[in-house]
Amino acid sequence: MRQLSLPLGVLLSASLISLVLSISVGSASVALPELWSVLGGGGEALSRTLILELRLPRSLSAFAVGGLLAVAGALMQVLLRNPLADPYVLGLYGGAAVGALAAMLASMGGLVISGSAFAGALASTLLVFGLAHGTGSWTPSRLLLTGVVVAAGWGAVITLMLALSPADRLPGMLYWLMGDLAYARSPWPSLALLLVICLLLIPLGRSLNVLARGPMQAAALGVAVRPLEWSIYIVASLLTAMAVTAAGSIGFVGLVVPHMLRLLLGNDQRLILPACALAGGTLLVLADTLARTLIAPEQLPVGVITALLGVPTFLYLLYRSR
Amino acid sequence: MSRLETRELVIDVPRRDDGRALSLSLEPGQVWGVLGPNGAGKTTLLHTLAGLRPPRRGEVRLAGQPLASLARRQVAQRLGLVFQDSQDGFPATVRETALIGRHPWLSPWQMEGGADLRLAEAALSRLDVGHLADRLVSTLSGGERQRLAIATILTQAPRLWLADEPTNHLDLHHQTAVMSLLTEQAAQGRAVMMCLHDLNLAARWCDQLLLMYPDGEACWGLGADMLVPSALERLYSQRLATAEIDGAPVFVPVR
Repeated sequence: MRQLSLPLGVLLSASLISLVLSISVGSASVALPELWSVLGGGGEALSRTLILELRLPRSLSAFAVGGLLAVAGALMQVLLRNPLADPYVLGLYGGAAVGALAAMLASMGGLVISGSAFAGALASTLLVFGLAHGTGSWTPSRLLLTGVVVAAGWGAVITLMLALSPADRLPGMLYWLMGDLAYARSPWPSLALLLVICLLLIPLGRSLNVLARGPMQAAALGVAVRPLEWSIYIVASLLTAMAVTAAGSIGFVGLVVPHMLRLLLGNDQRLILPACALAGGTLLVLADTLARTLIAPEQLPVGVITALLGVPTFLYLLYRSR
Repeated sequence: MSRLETRELVIDVPRRDDGRALSLSLEPGQVWGVLGPNGAGKTTLLHTLAGLRPPRRGEVRLAGQPLASLARRQVAQRLGLVFQDSQDGFPATVRETALIGRHPWLSPWQMEGGADLRLAEAALSRLDVGHLADRLVSTLSGGERQRLAIATILTQAPRLWLADEPTNHLDLHHQTAVMSLLTEQAAQGRAVMMCLHDLNLAARWCDQLLLMYPDGEACWGLGADMLVPSALERLYSQRLATAEIDGAPVFVPVR
């Protein structure tokens, strides 16, 4: 059996390094000894505020969101047996965006915006699944097509809302749409969800490997296909809804991190899923660090950075793969 | 004992009358051949017998229990199915693909161990694809893929083999090798049922035959009794010439 511990160990170290880096870098740098003493419960008051109330929650949020998106993407790709599937492919992001923008238009505060986005995401999930289910059984292509069309519908609604909204609200709305971790609230719910789901997925890993070969093959090899597909769909939707609620739309992580890892590590979901959580988290922490430091004190949308980092890396890996 | 039994089974072929209900029994040691023209329902029959699609009427019983009442995992421990064609999902190596056959035998928390790996490697060598173990499945030829599919079921080690055109894409030597493997499995007390298009392979290797007509009619029995030229000509709507070579009848289509 292939080693699981080595790649996961490397990715875990990379995650920790990226977190330390993102906490120490910024408008005011924090030296490592200072960082240690703050994390240990000491340090100056100013550093404590900077680290514990500003940077640490944001970095952990970035990590959780990146991990959630990458795991959701990997699951969607197995569920739909389509390498182009990503967490947003089933129209979930559109629903969340409409929910969030509506709350912003109504001048609601951050908590209502988050709640409204979450409700929109889940509503869209149920809508797509209900429509794709229709009168008979659903197939991956039918689910995919329904999702894409519903997403296009949400896109039109989003454009309409932007066109009708007053000019002073536009920047906030656009930043939400581009993905922005400045809105992120407490990182703990997202982190906890990520950890719980990763643990729950461990015993399902081999069944997912079999499912990736097609539902008939999987059923013939002893997998209860329909319950497994339902669970993946629900879990992936929940992960995406959580991520979108925390940080808006951050593209690319869910599509490319799983593929990068498949090119490097092969296709065993037992390795790929936890690796996605770590690598997705690391990528987003690094991207967010760059987003807030490159042209500081201005901030860039983090989605731009994930794409700028990810595209060349992915193309390089694809180019040199067999 | 692992026997597969059908009781008044009517398979669900869309837009076709019920035809003749199948009440037959696949016993350990038997090699069944299923013959019939395209669209007669051979694949549908195998999928129904494997519990992958529901029958229109009647039931399938595995080791005395209704197939529908058994968990998929229990079914997969006793019954293996070689598909007519395999889908390419994500890239996988030949070794990983054969190892998938161990899935029904491992608990959710278990990783494949050395014993599983040895079973898979032995199966790959038996099917003459051992040297390809590290290759990606997508780089294999059609015949190599077919042998890999059979090696995967050999790794699964079921008591009952259902094989949908197991000689598809195979050259003459490997056709013979696969047929010997399947009859050897039966000789060891397992049971085999396979769909075939090659009458001569069926005549030579199968001891029981099931003929399936496009209108849903069917007849079955000992191979020697079923290989009546007039019945086969009606089955395929094709005139046949018959000879006897090597102790088995040989059928050649007449131009």
